[in-house]
Amino acid sequence: MSHRLPSGGRLIDRATTLGFTFNGRRLKGYGGDTLASALLGNDRMLVGRSFKYHRPRGIVASGPEEPNALVGLGQGARFEPNQRATTTDLFADLVAQSQNHWPSLDFDIGALNGLMSRFLSAGFYYKTFIHPRAFWKHLFEPTIRHSAGLGRPTSEPDADRYEHLYAFADVLVIGGGIAGLQAARTAAESGARVMIWEQSAHWGGRAPVDDPDVEGMPPDDWISATLHWLRAQPNVTLRSRTMGAGVYDHGYALGYERVTDHLPGLDAPRHRLWRVRAGRIITATGAIERPLSFAGNDVPGVMLAGAVRDYVVNFGVAPGRRTVIVTNNDDAYRTAITLHSAGLEVAAVIDARARATGDLPQRARSLGIRVMTGRAIARVRGGGRVTGVDICQHTGTGAAGALIACDAVAMSGGWSPVVHLWSHCGGKLIWDAGAALFRPDPARAPTGADGAAFVAAAGAANGVMRGAALLADARAAAAGGDAPAPEPEAITPVWIMPAAAGPGLRAKMWLDFQNDVKVSDVQQAAREGYVSVEHAKRYTTLGMATDQGKLGNINGLAVLSDAQGAPIPDVGTTTFRPPYTPISMGAIAGEARGDVFQPLRRTPMHDWHAAHGADWEPAGQWRRPYCYLRPGEARNDAVAREILAVRGGVGLIDASTLGKIIVKGPDAGRFLDMLYTNMMSNLAPGKCRYGLMCSENGFLIDDGVVARIDEDTWLCHTTTGGADRIHAHMEDWLQCEWFDWRVYTANVTEQFAQIAVAGPKARDLLQALGGLDVSSGALPFMSWAGGRLAGIPLRAYRISFSGELSYELATPAGHGLALWRALVDAGQDLGVIAYGTEAMHVMRAEKGFIMIGDETDGTVIPQDLGLGWAISRKKADYIGKRAQERAHMTDPDRWKLVGLQTLDGSVLPEGAYAVTDARNANGQVVTEGRVTSTCHSPTFDRGIAMGLVRHGPDRMGEVLRFNRVDGTTVEARIVDPCLYDPKGGRQDV
Amino acid sequence: MLILTCPCCGIKADETELAPGGEAHIKRHGPGSSDAEFEAYLFTRANPRGVHFERWRHAYGCGKWFLAARATDTLEVFGTYPATSTAVPDAILSRIRARRPDWIKPDRIKPA
Repeated sequence: MSHRLPSGGRLIDRATTLGFTFNGRRLKGYGGDTLASALLGNDRMLVGRSFKYHRPRGIVASGPEEPNALVGLGQGARFEPNQRATTTDLFADLVAQSQNHWPSLDFDIGALNGLMSRFLSAGFYYKTFIHPRAFWKHLFEPTIRHSAGLGRPTSEPDADRYEHLYAFADVLVIGGGIAGLQAARTAAESGARVMIWEQSAHWGGRAPVDDPDVEGMPPDDWISATLHWLRAQPNVTLRSRTMGAGVYDHGYALGYERVTDHLPGLDAPRHRLWRVRAGRIITATGAIERPLSFAGNDVPGVMLAGAVRDYVVNFGVAPGRRTVIVTNNDDAYRTAITLHSAGLEVAAVIDARARATGDLPQRARSLGIRVMTGRAIARVRGGGRVTGVDICQHTGTGAAGALIACDAVAMSGGWSPVVHLWSHCGGKLIWDAGAALFRPDPARAPTGADGAAFVAAAGAANGVMRGAALLADARAAAAGGDAPAPEPEAITPVWIMPAAAGPGLRAKMWLDFQNDVKVSDVQQAAREGYVSVEHAKRYTTLGMATDQGKLGNINGLAVLSDAQGAPIPDVGTTTFRPPYTPISMGAIAGEARGDVFQPLRRTPMHDWHAAHGADWEPAGQWRRPYCYLRPGEARNDAVAREILAVRGGVGLIDASTLGKIIVKGPDAGRFLDMLYTNMMSNLAPGKCRYGLMCSENGFLIDDGVVARIDEDTWLCHTTTGGADRIHAHMEDWLQCEWFDWRVYTANVTEQFAQIAVAGPKARDLLQALGGLDVSSGALPFMSWAGGRLAGIPLRAYRISFSGELSYELATPAGHGLALWRALVDAGQDLGVIAYGTEAMHVMRAEKGFIMIGDETDGTVIPQDLGLGWAISRKKADYIGKRAQERAHMTDPDRWKLVGLQTLDGSVLPEGAYAVTDARNANGQVVTEGRVTSTCHSPTFDRGIAMGLVRHGPDRMGEVLRFNRVDGTTVEARIVDPCLYDPKGGRQDV
Repeated sequence: MLILTCPCCGIKADETELAPGGEAHIKRHGPGSSDAEFEAYLFTRANPRGVHFERWRHAYGCGKWFLAARATDTLEVFGTYPATSTAVPDAILSRIRARRPDWIKPDRIKPA
């Protein structure tokens, strides 16, 4: 029976009773409790089920290393799965539920897996589900998906808010135990700007539980005196409930502050992500106790010895009434002494070592506690709860001797320094065989920009577990210099208990409690040839649970090294990756959600579009009207209406999002000749030319119309999405390759509003505004003129993307809305309409114009698209020219652009492939083309498409078969891509 | 998250301000080059565990490209220098040699 003691508990306030709910049951705890201590105080040891065998799971630890006590917390939009009860502060009306069981925690069908455990060993999934093939899709995968995963997320949007904070520190101390506090003090005394983080709500770490005194003072007094001093310093920032999540390059660190998890309803961010740049980082992250591997070490009631005394001292909670302690070191005797002092029964201390003669064992003996050396636990008795342990000789095979009745087992396999943060950015470890632990190797610390170490470990995190040596180590970490060597730990490594246990026992020794990985699984992995610890980890799933192996990894790799006959340091550890413990997705996102997820770019006419039925479509960070919906109108109908209105009259489209880059200087023409595949230097001022831009790989990356403004100024239009990318591309070549050329570029995309006026009545509309001669004589196709229309300054470019008579009017952004309104007003008699991007897309497809991103995908060269006319043969060089001479680029079998028309007039599916009857060596259907653009054409009242087809231009009139999603095919004829006005008479009038 | 000092504006720039541009000191080969030369120019890149020369752009700062010499294994930065440099400045080469006596200078890295 776990229960609340009548007195004691240094962290709880017995005057404050807090009601909470666990699995629908109303329970009571005290202020200062964690959810775990409150559950134990209510005799709720069973808190969950393991992942694979659904074995009953009890609380094992008292801190963030807890593998079992994972619960769903909260309700509705504030529900969160997989929260550790040991690090959840109790608050009034907390609601928690256990996970991974059906139908209930106490009775779970999935526990039948445990009976099958012989067949569910390491690599089970890989070996079992391969044959027969169809079983995977229809049987195995649905079954696994049903049973996989711990907890279920809520489907509602997160109701809380989160924030990021940025800070700088000369010294960042991670960990607020006595080593961290001392390191912070030493650093602060030198005048450094210090920040110190403590993951829990309490400063001082384990000292108040473990140590009789710190520098002659009661630990709590030393802690409060040090905190008092630190808080008075202007150069020190202390954050509790802040976990050091990760250490990164050049002193960058992430801290995860849980601001209001324990204060629900407070108007503050729930979590805060600290993004700190530190000159030096001191990891004072303490140590985590290791379990011992004996049969039945996973039965609820078996706990870490340190955790048992934590619950007694900190929370006044006893995990059991009669406890057996099992150990290979002196430290666990502290638990025996603590339990004894609290009036609890210690049935025995089972010590695997032949002798235990240190101070702590002697003190335990002097208190009358039975100490049995050279002994081991053969197996734990009990299912849902410990009822006793069978004792055996540690050196033997586990032949059971005496049975000791007990309701709790406190185990200690020694302590492992928390080296995660040291290791995140490249810090290396050394194996200390005497102390049986990996500790940071100061000779191979993470290094900063100057090549010097920027991380130092202090205290238990450095393998210096306690006492004056620990404080000296912390001072040395903060001030530099060497610390005196610590007292050697009194420990004998024990990786399997008993040492010669047979297969039956080894199959009941848990290494990873959450993922159900046992000693036998790791040994099997070794037998099957898994040499690398990283491979063995993934094969067995050891350390892949939410606790990431904080408890079991060292034990597991020791078992692996033993099975391989290799020393532990040769096997090594798996990689430590951030975050140290899981952090919320909300904290990572911070404020970046909803409207502020990314900036919204608005053209000067944005609000007009919104007021006139714009059906928005995202285009990069812009929004563009896909079409303008009239009341009751369907999207397709709106698009068709807009197209027919343009083809029959005149329409306006907001083209402000098109990229506009000015290229200027004496060498600008020469530069543009390198950027574009065709000549731009010989373009006459006042003229426009369509140009293609390729990467050095030869692939088409952008297209657009270039206008020559004056003798040394060109204006390059790019695609909407390409403006920033192409400007960067230009700057790369200008700054890094042709830096002696006298050229400047400026991205003026947002400085100009641009409106395309398209349709046979476009000229009538501009003439109605008046002020600029837009006749074909004064302003012929592919030229431009500057002036004013309706008094508004602008440039009119005679370019067309629709195939109709068209002017693109560019005016300073501040005039954009006025110009748009003037066009709408003046065009009423002409029936002017605004049209959206889909009408633009369809009209360009009817014309056979390519679209970057549709006809191109990063593997297409201009030659594939029938754009050879836009590639200069005279130029010695342009970006991409040499690549386009490579054998694969000149291969006549490359797929080339054609138009496609279905025989039945239907619309081809997007991205459909042209299939043949042939099969390749893998049995896959051989394809000979694919659809790049497809739509319904209102102009022709049928489906039209473009696509890339093998030998396409030579196969006009042939019929191909294209696949459809439903498995059928549809026939389409190869035609010219340009269906509408192939002679171009309509745009050049 | 590296910190690199932009040699153009002098800012100690956080990596979030920077855009990476791959290996530095690659000679462009255009029309007239052999397939082998062009392949080497376009595709062959060193991927050393150790001293490396890289292109970076101070994209969310002054906008200038620059070059950096750093160690990919220890993250040590030996120096940054202008993108217009066809050779590595002596001071940076000396620093590399002082810190990495075993370093063998690749042929394409020219001393100033």
